Amino acid sequence: MQQLRLTRTRRVALIGLAGALAVSLSACAESKREEGAGGGTGGTMIFGAAGNPKMFDPAFNDEGETFRITRQIYDTLIQNKPGTADLEPSLAEKWESSNEGKTWTFSLKSGVKFSDGTPMDATAVCYNFDRWYNMKGAAAQSQMIYYGDVFEGFAKNEGDASGDPVYKSCEAKDPTTAVLNLNKAKGAFPSAFTLPSFSIESPTALKQYNADTVTQSGDSFTYSEYANKHPVGTGPFKFESWDQAKGEITLVRNDTSPSPAKLDKLIFKVIPDENARKQALKAGDINGYDYPSPADYGLLRNDGEQVLIRPSFNVLYLGINQANNPKLKDVRVRQALAYGVNREQFVKSKLAEGSEVATEFVPKVISGYTDDVTKYPYDVNKAKDLLKQAGAENLTLKFYYPTEVSRPYMPNPADTFTAISEDLKKIGVTIEAHAEPWNGGYKDDVQKAGKQDLHLLGWTGDYNDAGNFVGTFFGREKKEFGFNNPELFAALSAADASPAGDAHAKAYQEVNKKIMDFLPAIPIAYPTPAIVVGPKVKGLVASPLTDERFNTVTVN
Amino acid sequence: MLRFLVRRLLQAIPTLFILSILVFAWLRSLPGGPAAALLGDKATPEKIANLNHVLGLDQPIFVQYFGFLGRALTGDFGNSLVSTQPVMGEIVTFLPATIELGMSAMIIAIIIGIPAGYLSARYRGGPVDNGVIVLSLIGVAVPVFFLGYMMQDLLAAPLGLPSQGRQAAGLDATAITNFAILDGIMTSEWDAVWDAIKHLILPAFALATIPLAVITRITRASVLDVLNEDFIRTANSKGLTQQVVRTRHVLRNGLLPVVTTIGLQTGALLGGAVLTERVFNFRGLGFLLAEGIERRDYPRLQALLLFGAVVYVLVNMLVDISYGIIDPRVRVR
Repeated sequence: MQQLRLTRTRRVALIGLAGALAVSLSACAESKREEGAGGGTGGTMIFGAAGNPKMFDPAFNDEGETFRITRQIYDTLIQNKPGTADLEPSLAEKWESSNEGKTWTFSLKSGVKFSDGTPMDATAVCYNFDRWYNMKGAAAQSQMIYYGDVFEGFAKNEGDASGDPVYKSCEAKDPTTAVLNLNKAKGAFPSAFTLPSFSIESPTALKQYNADTVTQSGDSFTYSEYANKHPVGTGPFKFESWDQAKGEITLVRNDTSPSPAKLDKLIFKVIPDENARKQALKAGDINGYDYPSPADYGLLRNDGEQVLIRPSFNVLYLGINQANNPKLKDVRVRQALAYGVNREQFVKSKLAEGSEVATEFVPKVISGYTDDVTKYPYDVNKAKDLLKQAGAENLTLKFYYPTEVSRPYMPNPADTFTAISEDLKKIGVTIEAHAEPWNGGYKDDVQKAGKQDLHLLGWTGDYNDAGNFVGTFFGREKKEFGFNNPELFAALSAADASPAGDAHAKAYQEVNKKIMDFLPAIPIAYPTPAIVVGPKVKGLVASPLTDERFNTVTVN
Repeated sequence: MLRFLVRRLLQAIPTLFILSILVFAWLRSLPGGPAAALLGDKATPEKIANLNHVLGLDQPIFVQYFGFLGRALTGDFGNSLVSTQPVMGEIVTFLPATIELGMSAMIIAIIIGIPAGYLSARYRGGPVDNGVIVLSLIGVAVPVFFLGYMMQDLLAAPLGLPSQGRQAAGLDATAITNFAILDGIMTSEWDAVWDAIKHLILPAFALATIPLAVITRITRASVLDVLNEDFIRTANSKGLTQQVVRTRHVLRNGLLPVVTTIGLQTGALLGGAVLTERVFNFRGLGFLLAEGIERRDYPRLQALLLFGAVVYVLVNMLVDISYGIIDPRVRVR
């Protein structure tokens, strides 16, 4: 066996070589890390995104990972004050409604230009509104989810799109005055003007790169050159490149922006695996990432990372479907379920810090929230008593919950299900568990077929209006909740139509009281998702609407 | 030889056809679908139905299939619903990463596995043999993603290796073929070559544990068999040196089952690559597949599954051909 056995000298040499390699490897790694960091104003930030963006035209988009990037490239007329859901000027310095909410007049900032030099004026604003209203093609219209929600219809509805358009016309009275004329007033305004789908995009670029061509072939969509390569806005950053192979989107500072960035460069690195994001932050490969698991907050803080808690703008609820089990039509049974769930314990043990028990279906920062609603503190005896009164002591309920998913309002659905069903068993309810993958039919079963008696779901608000929460949930008869309450539907419609300001807030406060008496579902918690950044990152303000803008950020 | 090749290729065609039907039908028979994933939280039953209508997913399955087939035969497999980019283009872009990772893992497995298996057989019953058997059991038993997480957590920082990714963020390496090491060499960007190698080390070792254990054990068993054959006794009694006996007689005969194993293990490697690439954020085909499954991205999944089938057929053809090269008896027959 002479050939295979190494001579002693050769062995020593090999070990020495391996050792030298290891040492030089670590030296290389360290020096690279320091190089990438950059100086005070200027520098590069690398942020770990949880998923791939679709493309960069927010008009056709409704999901967070794409918005995360487009929020840096574009501005809207009105924006959220950082860290809150309050409105503050963005491209519009002032706005007012008249004509009973059917006319909105915007006074725009003067002298603003898009990053391609096109003036951002009333003509550009009206161009954008007209573009959305006049969009053609079933494929394109089907992707304009937020436009459909807020403005309800197009000039010509195609495909299955239906709904009378809320938008009538837009006039550029002078370069800094844009007047929006609507066919009807909606409670969503003016807050809905903060939606990233309503970003103001450069008309020159939109035209030059055929932004409106959205085609569908087979079961896939193709977007325009504008959306893939040439998005142009007034935001703090400009788009530079999207490297699919590396999964990196590179943005650079937009010097002509009304709110220019401090960083030179902002790179979004797509890392779908949450653990890989955590490791990357620990190793210094990235400067921050989104949606850390609440179980990791302590560990991250011990490592010196900054876990920034987002003030809650979402709600987690236990849905009740009154259509399948007749006993659930009895409000006493629903009240019993509410008294029977130990929400305080659940929030304390299962949710992240800053989370609170939900008193109603809108979060605290929304105008229309009121503490003056019927509350259901944990009371096992009261729950059992109510069930007895209703003759429902031997209830068996089908409880649906999703798997293969983590939502900002429900980081761990299986844990949530277990906690709640254990509570319900204590008041004598038998639970039949039904777990379904989120993308494998959960929403179909629960919202379309209404197979459940109980289910878990939630909502993250899109803009600061109570109608975005309770109007969406209870505004009309739905298979998800299986009830028909014309009085409640009318109250919600009326609240939506009420003029902005005090009257609007009051109307929704009354509606919230009604809802908590009727109790079509049980609000469980206001969870607080978080965003985590490394110790060298300064100036990032966590937003309840996930609306973090990186223009105030520096990396030392 | 040529007839053999042509025959095998022709056999592959009906296989692929049937596979395409099965993949297509199976994907669409699963509950849920891309609409819920595309619309996210904002999905209402009406919006899902509308989107399904726009995508043609509410048509009868065979109508959808013939549409797909017609486009596929012209090379159009559609765009990914997740990335909105053409799926064939994605496969071409991401394939080199998986090849690099797979080849590195296989090379590691062969370089360690065959000698380990040989030594194990040669010194049967001794401490080397026992050590190799225990380690190979562990290698087979530990799931690759768990191993990946452990390596990330415990080995990356101490060894100064990156914990994830294929290339350091912000490193502006020129990409020509998308084989990172090759590109770096071609453009003389040596920092890019080193960066690529550093990023390959942990995932390649993690992935290598799948074939390594099997190759080791099969080599061991096969060499043990051969060592007891009459022709070895004959070769020894002929007075041949140990080196000649080992290479020409023992190894060459003993390696036949190992070659087959390597071919079969390629399939296991592709499967293991899905988890390894996901854990290490190594953007290859496995990464694409994991993302596609999560988001029910039909166009991508169809293309990837068919592509995987083609690769598997080709690799096994290569294994059969190499058999002919190594073993003259197969050629003559």
